[in-house]
Amino acid sequence: MSSTLPFWILKNSARNSIATLQGGRRFYSRCASNRNKARWRLFSQVPGSGKISVPCSDVALQKAYRHTSTEEDDFQLQLSPQQVNEVLRAGESAHKTLDLVSGVPNSVLRFESNQLAANSPVEDRRGIASCLQTNGLMFGIFDGHGGHACAQAVSERLFYYVAVSLMSQQTLEQMEGAMESMKPLLPILHWLKHPGDSIYKDVTSVHLDHLRVYWQELLDLHMEMGLNIKEALMHSFQRLDSDISLEVQAPLEDEMTRNLSLQVAFSGATACMAHVDGVHLHVANAGDCRAILGVQEDNGMWSCLPLTCDHNAWNPAELSRLKREHPESEDRTVIVDHRLLGVLMPCRAFGDVQLKWSKELQHSVLERGFDTEALNIYQFTPPHYYTPPYLTAEPEVTYHRLRPQDKFLVLASDGLWDVLGNEDVVRLVVEHLAEVGRHKPDLARRPAHLGLMQSLLLQRKAQGLHAADQNAATRLIRHAIGTNEYGEMEPERLTAMLTLPEDLARMYRDDITVTVVYFNADSIDAYYKGG
Amino acid sequence: MFYRLLSVVRRQRTGRGWQNWSSGRSGASAAEAHSVALPAQAQVVICGGGIMGTSVAYHLSKMGWKDIVLLEQGRLAAGSTRFCAGILSTARHLTIEQKMADYSNKLYHQLEQETGIQTGYIRTGSVFLAQTQDRLISLKRINSRLNVIGIPSEIISPKKVAELHPLLNVHDLVGAMHVPEDAVVSSADVALALASAASQNGVQIYDRTSILHVMVKKGQVTGVETDKGQIECQYFVNCAGQWAYELGLSNEEPVSIPLHACEHFYLLTRPLETPLRSNTPTIVDADGRIYIRNWQGGILSGGFEKNPKPIFTEGKNQLEIQNLQEDWDHFEPLLSSLLRRMPDLETLEILKLVNCPETFTPDMRCIMGESPSVQGYFVLAGMNSAGLSFGGGAGRYLAEWMVHGYPSENIWELDLKRFGALQSSRTFLRHRVMEVMPLLYDLKVPRWDFQTGRQLRTSPLYDRLDAQGARWMEKHGFERPKYFVPPDKDLLALEQSKTFYKPDWFDIVESEVKCCKEAVCVIDMSSFTKFEITSTGDQALEVLQYLFSNDLDVPVGHIVHTGMLNQGGGYENDCSIARLGKRSFFMISPTDQQVHCWAWLKKHMPEDSNLLLEDVTWKYTALNLIGPRAVDVLSELSYAPMTPDHFPSLFCKEMSVGYANGIRVMSMTHTGEPGFMLYIPIEYALHVYNEVMSVGQKYGIRNAGYYALRSLRIEKFFAFWGQDLNTLTTPLECGRESRVKLEKGMDFIGRDALLQQKQNGVYKRLTMFILDDHDTDLDLWPWWGEPIYRNGQYAGKTTSSAYSYTLERHVCLGFVHNFSEDTGEEQVVTTDFINRGEYEIDIAGHRFQAKAKLYPVTSLFTHKRRKDDVELSDLHGK
Repeated sequence: MSSTLPFWILKNSARNSIATLQGGRRFYSRCASNRNKARWRLFSQVPGSGKISVPCSDVALQKAYRHTSTEEDDFQLQLSPQQVNEVLRAGESAHKTLDLVSGVPNSVLRFESNQLAANSPVEDRRGIASCLQTNGLMFGIFDGHGGHACAQAVSERLFYYVAVSLMSQQTLEQMEGAMESMKPLLPILHWLKHPGDSIYKDVTSVHLDHLRVYWQELLDLHMEMGLNIKEALMHSFQRLDSDISLEVQAPLEDEMTRNLSLQVAFSGATACMAHVDGVHLHVANAGDCRAILGVQEDNGMWSCLPLTCDHNAWNPAELSRLKREHPESEDRTVIVDHRLLGVLMPCRAFGDVQLKWSKELQHSVLERGFDTEALNIYQFTPPHYYTPPYLTAEPEVTYHRLRPQDKFLVLASDGLWDVLGNEDVVRLVVEHLAEVGRHKPDLARRPAHLGLMQSLLLQRKAQGLHAADQNAATRLIRHAIGTNEYGEMEPERLTAMLTLPEDLARMYRDDITVTVVYFNADSIDAYYKGG
Repeated sequence: MFYRLLSVVRRQRTGRGWQNWSSGRSGASAAEAHSVALPAQAQVVICGGGIMGTSVAYHLSKMGWKDIVLLEQGRLAAGSTRFCAGILSTARHLTIEQKMADYSNKLYHQLEQETGIQTGYIRTGSVFLAQTQDRLISLKRINSRLNVIGIPSEIISPKKVAELHPLLNVHDLVGAMHVPEDAVVSSADVALALASAASQNGVQIYDRTSILHVMVKKGQVTGVETDKGQIECQYFVNCAGQWAYELGLSNEEPVSIPLHACEHFYLLTRPLETPLRSNTPTIVDADGRIYIRNWQGGILSGGFEKNPKPIFTEGKNQLEIQNLQEDWDHFEPLLSSLLRRMPDLETLEILKLVNCPETFTPDMRCIMGESPSVQGYFVLAGMNSAGLSFGGGAGRYLAEWMVHGYPSENIWELDLKRFGALQSSRTFLRHRVMEVMPLLYDLKVPRWDFQTGRQLRTSPLYDRLDAQGARWMEKHGFERPKYFVPPDKDLLALEQSKTFYKPDWFDIVESEVKCCKEAVCVIDMSSFTKFEITSTGDQALEVLQYLFSNDLDVPVGHIVHTGMLNQGGGYENDCSIARLGKRSFFMISPTDQQVHCWAWLKKHMPEDSNLLLEDVTWKYTALNLIGPRAVDVLSELSYAPMTPDHFPSLFCKEMSVGYANGIRVMSMTHTGEPGFMLYIPIEYALHVYNEVMSVGQKYGIRNAGYYALRSLRIEKFFAFWGQDLNTLTTPLECGRESRVKLEKGMDFIGRDALLQQKQNGVYKRLTMFILDDHDTDLDLWPWWGEPIYRNGQYAGKTTSSAYSYTLERHVCLGFVHNFSEDTGEEQVVTTDFINRGEYEIDIAGHRFQAKAKLYPVTSLFTHKRRKDDVELSDLHGK
C-alpha cells in the first residue's frame, strides 16, 4: 500500500468502489478502472516476476522433496488444485467440544474456523475461548483497519473484560485477593487457538492493571451474581475502548508499550462476538462484521436469522442515530459517500481515536514526540470534524434463546458478507453438511459390506467429495472468492485470486475470517425437556 | 480385534497368570500396582509395557538379571502393541531382521507352553504376491537368503497360490513366495505372556506410572524421575514406542531417538459365510500395497498407502492410543486393492476400520542400542510396523548387549549410533517418514536414495558440482556426488531408473573410472568423519596405541591404516591416521562413524584435560585427486616436487596449493590408485577446487563420484567398514594381519582375542569373487547379501559388489565360512580351503560361477610405486 495514503481507504470491500482521496486518486482510479475493464482476466496482468505468493506450507513440501536443483521440476507458477486447497486450508481450525460441560450437555457441538488474508499482514483477528470461572463459550471476529494493532489488542483483551464482567462477587474477590497477595490468579480463559494465529500475549502487566481496575470497580458495585450477560457485553466493549483510549493519553514509561498503545488507538477494529451458555446465545456487535443463525424448520426448510445489524451507512437506524447525536447542521456531512465523515465505512469501531477525540487532544497526544512516521500513524482530521466523538464502540447486543431448530451460527468479517449474502452463506453451510455426510459410511447406523463401501468411496472420489472441504469455513471462503458474477464456482478465478501478488490482493478481496459454530440439537432439546 | 484384546487384558488381570506378578510385594495385584510405592532403586528400569519393553524384561530376567523394574504409563500392551495386526513375518530384507523375526517366531511358538497364557499363536504361513517381474526378483532374493539361514520358503506359481488361499484372484500374478512357517499371534497377549514370565523371574511391573525424565550424572544414567517418585538405577531402557522420541528429548542432555508416528489403517470384517479357516495363510500383496490375514473367520486387511498421514509431530500425545479417527476416504485405494485381490469379499460385512499409529524411522530400520552420549541409556523402538515380528529377537539382542556388553550378532544396521542429533528435527522426521512408510511396500532396488530430508549437510562446493551435473546420494545427512551426468546425456526419471539389472549410469561411471586410470579425477569426499587427537605430552600416542590395533609410533608425516577393535577383536572402526606431529594425530573414518566412533573414543579415553579430542569434520573439505596425472596437477599448483621420491605413498604434509596455505596433502586415495587426498580448510575449498580444475584441464581432469570410487576400491579388494567389516569381523579374518601390532608386544584392545584367533585359525575369511559366466547386460546384477556356495554348499554371504571396468567382470566381496557338512558347525577356514573350492554366487535364485581370490588382482596396480609391496600385502582400504 502506498504509504502516503490515509489509512481509512484501506477499509474497503472488494465490491464497493474504492474511495479516493486527494493524493491517492490517480493511483487508485487507475487500478479501479483496470480492474473494471479486465475483470478477472488476471493472468495476463500478473507480472511474471515470481512474486506469485505460493503458500508457505506448500513451499515446505516442495522443499522436502527437492534434492538437487538440476533434477528439480520447473517451479510451477500455476497453482494445482491441491495447492489451492493447501492455501485455503492453511488457516483452518476445527474443534469438537466436549459433550458435557461440568455435567451439563453442551449446546455447542463443534466449531470450524478459517481465515484468508488479503492484507499483508492480515488485519482480521479471531478468538475462541471458554470462560473458566463462569459457563460459556465465546467466539469473536475482529476486523482491523489501518493496521492490525487494534484488532490484535481487542482480540487479546476483550474476552478477559467479558469474562471478568460475568464473574460473581465472590470470584472477583478471590481474584483481587490473589493480586494483593501476589499469588497466582485463577485462570480466566481457556483459548482455543489455531497454531497460525498470532500469539496472544497473555495480558501484559499494564493491561492486567487496567483489567484489575475494571474488576475493582465491578467489586464496588456489590452485585453478588455479577452483571447479566447483556450488560457484561455492553460494559466490556465500552470499557475496553475507553481503556485503549486512555492508555495512550496516560504517560507510559516503556517506549515499546507506549508506541504499541498509540498504534492500537490510532488504528481501528470492528468486533462481533457471541457468547453461548446453554441455550442462551448473546451476540454483541460493533461495526460491520456479522453473525447469522442457520435455522431448519420442522418442515426441513432452511432459513436465515440475522443476529446483528451492520453498523454502516446503509443502516437507517445508524444514520438516524448519527444524526441524532450531532447537530442538524452536520446532517449532510456526517455521512459522505456512505462513509462516516467520508472516510470510514463502519459507524462503530474500537480505536480510531481520530474520530473520537477532539482535535486538540489528538494534537496534544501526538505532539508528545511520537515518531508517527515510523509508527505508521497518520494524523488526519477529516473535513467537517466539529462535534466528536463521531465513532463509538458501543455494541448492539442481541439475545437469542436457542431452539432445537437452530443448527449453526456463522460469524464472519465483512470480507465474506461483501460477496456472499446471508442466504448464500446458509445455503453453502447446509450443502456442506449434506456433502460431508453424503455417502459417508456410518457403520453404527447401518452395517455395510465391502463392495458397497467401495462403491460409496469411489463415488465420493469421483465427485471430489473426499477432497472437498472438511471445514465449512473453508468452503465459505472458497465460494466467496471463487464465485463469478453469475454465481458459479470458477476454478480459474479461484486460482487467480489466490495467486495475486501481495500488494494487489487487497484490491480484489478483503481479509476474510469465518467461524461456523454447530449446535447440538439433542442437548438443546434436553435443556427444554429438563426445564 | 481390540475389543477382544481388551477383554483379554481384563481377563488376564483377574486370571491366575496375572496374580503371580507381584509375588513378593505383599500380594498386591498388578492392577493396583500404581497405588503401591515404587522401589527406591533397581539395576534396570525399563520404560514401556509394550511388546518391546516386556521382551527386554523377559530376556534380561532369563539371562539372570533380576533387579528390574518395568514402568508403563498406561496399561500393559496398550500402545501400538494393542492394535497390532498380529502378523509375524520372517521375510525381511536384512539378514539381521530375518534372524530377529525367526527367533521371535520360535519364542512365541513355545510361549503359551512356557507361561500358560494363550497367545493365539497359529502357524498360518504367508504368501507374498508378485504382480511384476521386478517384484518377483525381489522375492527371489529374499527367498535365497531365507533358505540359507534355515527358514523354509519357496517361490511358487500363481496356480499354487490359488491352492493355498481359496479367495485369491491370481490372474495378474507372475509368481509368489510362500513362507510356510510364518504365523499370526495376538501381540497384546504375547506382551502379557512375556510380562508374566518376566514377573515370575522377579521383574517388578508397575502400570500407570509415567517417567518424567531420566536422571543423568557425568554422562551416566543414575535414575528415573516418575510421577510416583524416583528410582535409582544403573540402566535405563527406552522402549516407549512412539513416545520414545519425546522421552529422549525430555532429558537435560537430550538423547536423540529419531522416529515419528504415522496413522495406519486396517479393516476388520465379520466372518465369511463359510468362515475362513484359522490357518489360512496371510497374504502380502506389496504391489497392491496391502496385507490380508484371516481373523476370526473373517479377514483383517490393511496396507501402507502412498500418501501417509504423519501424526503427533508437535508431540502432543495420548497415554494409550485411543481409537483415532477412521478415514474411509483415505482407505479407499487399499480397499479397492483388497477387492481386486479378493473379489468374492464384496458381500462381506465390515466390522470396523481401525486407525493404529505406527512409528517409522528415517531409514526404515529399527533403533536399538546404547545412547552415544549417556552411558546406561538403552533404546529399543521405531519398529516400522514390524514390532511383533522383531519383538522377541530385538529384545534378546538388546538384553545380550546390556548383559555382555555386545549382542551376539552384528546389529550396526540397527544401532542407534548410526544416527546423530542431525536426524532429530521434527520437520525432518515428518517429511522423511512420509517417504519411508510407502517404501515398506515399494520395490527395494539397489542404490536407492531417500528423496526427502536432503541437502542438510553439504560441502562448500555443492553448488559448483551440482551445476556440472552431479547426481547426489546422502550419507549421514551429507550430500555426496554419485556421478556427473555430461551435458549431452539424459538419464531416466527416478521411478523408471529402478532396476535390478544394468543401471542407466553405467557408461557415465565407466568414463569416470577410465579417467581415474588414465588421467586424473577429482572427487569431493568431504563427508568423511575427521577427528584430531592432541595432547600436551605423550598421552595421545599412549592412548591411541592402546585403542588402535596398528602401531602408531611412526615418524611424523606418516599415515597408518588401522582400526579400533573391541575385546573380541572385531572392528569398531576402520580408519586411517596421519601423524601430524609428535603429539597430534589426524583420524579419518567413514562418514557414518561420526557418532559411533566419537562415543567409542570418549568411552575409552581417560579423563585428562591434557588430552584433546576434537571433531573437525566440518572444518575441512576433502578433495580426492585420483589418477596418474594427479602428481602433475599438484606439483604445478604447489611448485613442489610430488613424485614418489619426494612424496612417498602414505605420507602426509601440510603445504600450499595455489594461493592457499595449510592444505593437508596425503598420498593416498582410498582406492589403491595413485593420487592424493587434499584436506582443505573450508574457506579455501572453492579456491583450491577452481585451481585444480583449471590447471588440471591440460591433464584431462574431470569430476567423478562415489560410484567410480566404489568400483575402483572393490576391484582392488578394499573392504569398507559398515559394509564388509563390522564389530564381529577381525583383521585376521580379512587378511589384514600386517595391520596389527601383534608381534610388537604392545597391549591394545582386542589383542588377546586376536592372539587366540591367530593360534586357532579363523572361522571365516573375507574373499573376493570375480563372477565368471555373468552377462553384465542381461543378467541380474549382484548387490549384497547374495549367498555364496562352495562346492554346492552354502558358505556365506556377499557384503558388497561392484562392476570392475578394468576386469570387465563383476566383483563381489564376501565372507566364506566352513560349515561342517554333518553338524553345520563352523570350522576353521584356511587359505587352502578357500583356494580349493568351486564357488557360485546366488543372485535371486540363479547361481553364477565365481573365482575366489584372497589377494587383489596384481595387474590392476599398473603404476609401480615405492611402497607397492606394502600396499599389496597390506590391502589398505576404506
